[in-house]
Amino acid sequence: MLKSLIGALVPLLAAVVALAFGATMLLALGASPVEGFSAMFDGAFGSGSRIAATAVKATPLILVGAGITIAFRANVINIGGESQIIAGALLSTVVALSFPDLPTILLVPAVLLAGLVGGGILGAIPGALKAYASVNEILSTIMLNLVMVQFMNYLLRGPLIDPYEMEAGTRIPQTQRLSDNAMLPNLVDGTRLHLGVPVAILAAVGAYLLLWRTPTGFRLRAVGHSADAARASGMNVKRNITLALALSGSLAGIAGAILVFGSEGQRMVTDGSAAGFTGSAGFNGIVAALFGGLHPIWTIPSAMLFGALLTGATQLQRVLQVPAALAVALNGIIVIFVVSSTPVRGWIQRSLSEAGLFNRHNDTKTENPRHSRSEPGGLSDMPDPSEESGNV
Amino acid sequence: MSDFFTLSVLVATAASGIRLATPYLLASLGETVGQRSGVLNLGVDGVMLLSAFFSYWVVLKTGNLWLAVLVGVAVGLVMGLLYGFITVVLNATQGISGIGIYIFGLGLSDLLFRRQVGTPKPVRRLPDVDIPVLSDIPHLGPALFQRNLLTYLAFLLIPTTMFLLGRTTFGLNIRSVGENPSAADSLGVSVRRTRFAAILIANSMAGLAGAALVLQLGIFQPNLTQGMGFIAVALVYFGAWRPIGVMCGALLYGLVNATVLQWKALGIIPVNGSDLAAMAPAVLTILALVVLARRVSAPAALTRPFSRH
Amino acid sequence: MNGITKAFPGVVANDSIDFDVRYGEVHTLLGENGAGKSTLVKILFGLYQSDEGSIRLRNDPMEITAPAEAISARIGMIHQHFMLVPTLTVAENVALGTASTRRPFTDLDLVSERVADISRQHGLAVDPSVEVRRLAVGERQRVEIVKALYRDVELLVLDEPTAVLTPGEVDDLFVILRRMADSGHGLIFISHKLREVMSLSDRITVLRNGRVVQTITPAETSTEELAQMMVGRSVNLAPDKPKREPGGVRLEVQGLTVQGDREEISVRQVDLLVRSGEILGVAGVSGNGQRELAEAIAGLRSVEAGGVVRLDGIDVTDRDVRARRDQGLGYISEERMKDGAIAEFTVGENLLLVEHGSKKFTRRGMLAFGAINKHCEKLVEDFGVKTPSVETPTSSLSGGNIQKVILARELSAKPKVLLACQPTRGVDIGATEYIHNLLIEQRDLGTATLLISEDLDEVLGLADRIAVMYEGRIVGIVPVEEARRNQIGLMMAGVPEQEARNSP
Repeated sequence: MLKSLIGALVPLLAAVVALAFGATMLLALGASPVEGFSAMFDGAFGSGSRIAATAVKATPLILVGAGITIAFRANVINIGGESQIIAGALLSTVVALSFPDLPTILLVPAVLLAGLVGGGILGAIPGALKAYASVNEILSTIMLNLVMVQFMNYLLRGPLIDPYEMEAGTRIPQTQRLSDNAMLPNLVDGTRLHLGVPVAILAAVGAYLLLWRTPTGFRLRAVGHSADAARASGMNVKRNITLALALSGSLAGIAGAILVFGSEGQRMVTDGSAAGFTGSAGFNGIVAALFGGLHPIWTIPSAMLFGALLTGATQLQRVLQVPAALAVALNGIIVIFVVSSTPVRGWIQRSLSEAGLFNRHNDTKTENPRHSRSEPGGLSDMPDPSEESGNV
Repeated sequence: MSDFFTLSVLVATAASGIRLATPYLLASLGETVGQRSGVLNLGVDGVMLLSAFFSYWVVLKTGNLWLAVLVGVAVGLVMGLLYGFITVVLNATQGISGIGIYIFGLGLSDLLFRRQVGTPKPVRRLPDVDIPVLSDIPHLGPALFQRNLLTYLAFLLIPTTMFLLGRTTFGLNIRSVGENPSAADSLGVSVRRTRFAAILIANSMAGLAGAALVLQLGIFQPNLTQGMGFIAVALVYFGAWRPIGVMCGALLYGLVNATVLQWKALGIIPVNGSDLAAMAPAVLTILALVVLARRVSAPAALTRPFSRH
Repeated sequence: MNGITKAFPGVVANDSIDFDVRYGEVHTLLGENGAGKSTLVKILFGLYQSDEGSIRLRNDPMEITAPAEAISARIGMIHQHFMLVPTLTVAENVALGTASTRRPFTDLDLVSERVADISRQHGLAVDPSVEVRRLAVGERQRVEIVKALYRDVELLVLDEPTAVLTPGEVDDLFVILRRMADSGHGLIFISHKLREVMSLSDRITVLRNGRVVQTITPAETSTEELAQMMVGRSVNLAPDKPKREPGGVRLEVQGLTVQGDREEISVRQVDLLVRSGEILGVAGVSGNGQRELAEAIAGLRSVEAGGVVRLDGIDVTDRDVRARRDQGLGYISEERMKDGAIAEFTVGENLLLVEHGSKKFTRRGMLAFGAINKHCEKLVEDFGVKTPSVETPTSSLSGGNIQKVILARELSAKPKVLLACQPTRGVDIGATEYIHNLLIEQRDLGTATLLISEDLDEVLGLADRIAVMYEGRIVGIVPVEEARRNQIGLMMAGVPEQEARNSP
């Protein structure tokens, strides 16, 4: 009871700290925090269509975030969301360009599947490199982000560029307008709410079921907590590590397809940077997952909150001329806060249990005081992947 | 292609390679010290962005280059205090904390730039300083000895770092807390203090790297580094945690980048081909990691928070 | 030390302990694992703070809150796990944490000179310029002693220093320690090996469950009495074990050669046969290849060409862990919290670690929690695991109970071959007896058991035949009824079987 109370306090406190920091920033930038926050709230939830826009903004964050939780539970860190989103988007774009005349009922699943496959490949590569060549996945996923941005630029400026852009000589790096049949159907008229939103929510629920209700998830979690014990009990640790990153990447890949086929422009477009296409969803998804306690289900509301922050920040820029990058800085603060509160929470729990506030059974004693603070579902239950990353 | 293999073009490429290597070298050397103490900082890119912005802003407002360098280092130091507090005092997970620092630096530098400057305006760059006599050596002189002071400083910091790690008590403490913090602790060496100090060094050098980057370019824009800080972290692995190895990696990077730029300018590769060529450094890093991963061993306590139990 | 009390969540490790040591004596702290020996000396060395009680050094009250303060009070400690930095040289390890005469630079040349002096003076051969990772275990221990002497310690704590040494190395160590005591050092020696304690100590303090049982001199007592004090009642060291005729060969190991972690050869040309219904015990000092042998049989470590492992007649040399388990192998690993169980998993999840994917426990690809919970609850009851529920995190159980969880998991699969490594290490006496009886029961059911243990009494008590391992080789195999303790002891030190048999 007390434990879950402390567990719930962390995101709340993080939110308070972020708000306080945001207010300070607004003041420093010469804007009124009250006006600023109300503009943000209005921008995110002010009308039905704005709520829909927030949900659409949250969609890639839910997917990337749910993927992050799968990787984390298997003790691998996936910083490669950006590259996996891009790969998913590119592959699904190629599919839509190749089969523009397929009916919607086939083409939409096909592009989503292509996204899944594209992202999955970009996840499987660092996964296999970690499992079979001991390459640190943090470094390799980051490097793949850098690689895929350039690859996207190459394709969108070259082979995939809108022929019209070539003729006109404007050379904006974007594809031609993609087939209407590939576009994600709109769910509520007059809003941007499209099929991608329920797809993402289903994917997050699926991630939860996978992790806690299937033998595969059991193995992923076992490998995450103790690769040695998993190996000794007959699990294939290398395959599971690869699988974890591939699954994680495939969810991000779906997000990539949704970004393209849920876009207003009906095409894939960039400004030459990764964020120009992804909106940094690959990083913001990490933030959403952390804020959601690395639990796929909690990632959904958490991603909504960050979706709101992003749409709110756009409104902030429109109304008060405060750059939307404020939201990015706030995200950073939230990550730092959530991460540093985990050990603090451990201390609080330990000192409370030493004070006898948690009932511990008298006939059991502690094998290892360091491990005595585990709590299923909470952050402290999470393995610390970086501890394993001593290898290159 | 034959345009490229002329002496003057090669010398110019080498010169620009060394210039481009400077920020990598500064950041990687600092990160080497940090990692030898057992602390991984993935936030280098964020620190570089912040310090680059502040350095730029100082030059824009005052025109004073050395004040700008100082401010860049100071920004790094402040970020080091933050990172040290999170990872050493609170014992938080290093990997994700670093990503938090990165996102924070990315966002804040972007925000401040758009608010305080708006559109990129060029500023004064670091002047090249000829070293007497040496700069007159044909070909080699212009490539090596007509560089800016921060480049010279970066190369001077290589032996300095080696000396620090190898020959001083502080360096001995750094190496021991990075390999076996319990042993160091049992001998009365303060693991926290040593790591905190190493983090401050690492971050102020990341700050210096940001300043060097922006003062060599003479311009700032959001996300100026485009992931350079992450490459700098990878270079430490690449260089097997040794200053000389790190230098080789940084030079290689600088030269590859310079060559790509040169080829683009000479029209050896087509315009959109340059995007493919720009993939080279990151691909190279991944390949290097694959080759090196099993051959070199990281400091044993890297990324492991320390507590007595 | 007076009235020292220290509690951890769920345990009182030290309960008002009084303890004193005089300069010039070896005072032993004797007790089982978990009796509170290590906690007490860690408080003395400033690694833990006591909740109550006081420490006085030469009658002056002391507050020791960090190792640095202990060191400046000239207290030294040699930890069970050596506190050395493997990538640094001996001189650098010695210099670490001491003031240099050339601050801020190091003065390793001066350190090396003094190390050489100390080595000569105390008969401790160490080369100051070698990296520690290149040294053998015995040499590393000498470096630890040099480190202490370099700091002019007056009081030295040795936490189970003999655990990793061969009998010969133990004798050498005792000569050094005796000499140190005679030259006025106070030594606190921690051990649970009764014979060593009797031969080295001037005084012995026995701890049990965090309390002092008695302080006594060796002349006033006997090994039997000490054992009784240690465990609190008379101990039946040899469990009842009716003789039984073994059946067919279940595990066969031929010409097995295995590399260790540092790519050194750890197991050399080992041949072993274990039959249905027998326990083959492997005795040996820690670090003589037992761990590598077990891991190679379990499929966790690859073997050199030429070696063969057969389970129930089938060659599994190139098969993975899964295939070997399917072939009827059960494995109780040496370090239970490393690869035996997962601390963060619940008791139920740990019980399911091997069989979670089987048809019994899945329905339409999903885990069938009804069947799973029933299975786990039955195992918890059958094996007497003390846990509030199967949902309890395993980390909150005692060592003995975690070991029971592992045994329940491995034995419920009805293994044909059981590989039991240090099955009672760090387990309380009650659970140890229970586990011993389980292993014998399992033998009587026809399981072929390979028991690897560093506890010679355990091997003598359980095994039908005893194989002695030294430097990766099987020195000899002796039927238990012919085995004499000192003969096995000599073989553990590398003396060939024939020679050992002829010794008095």
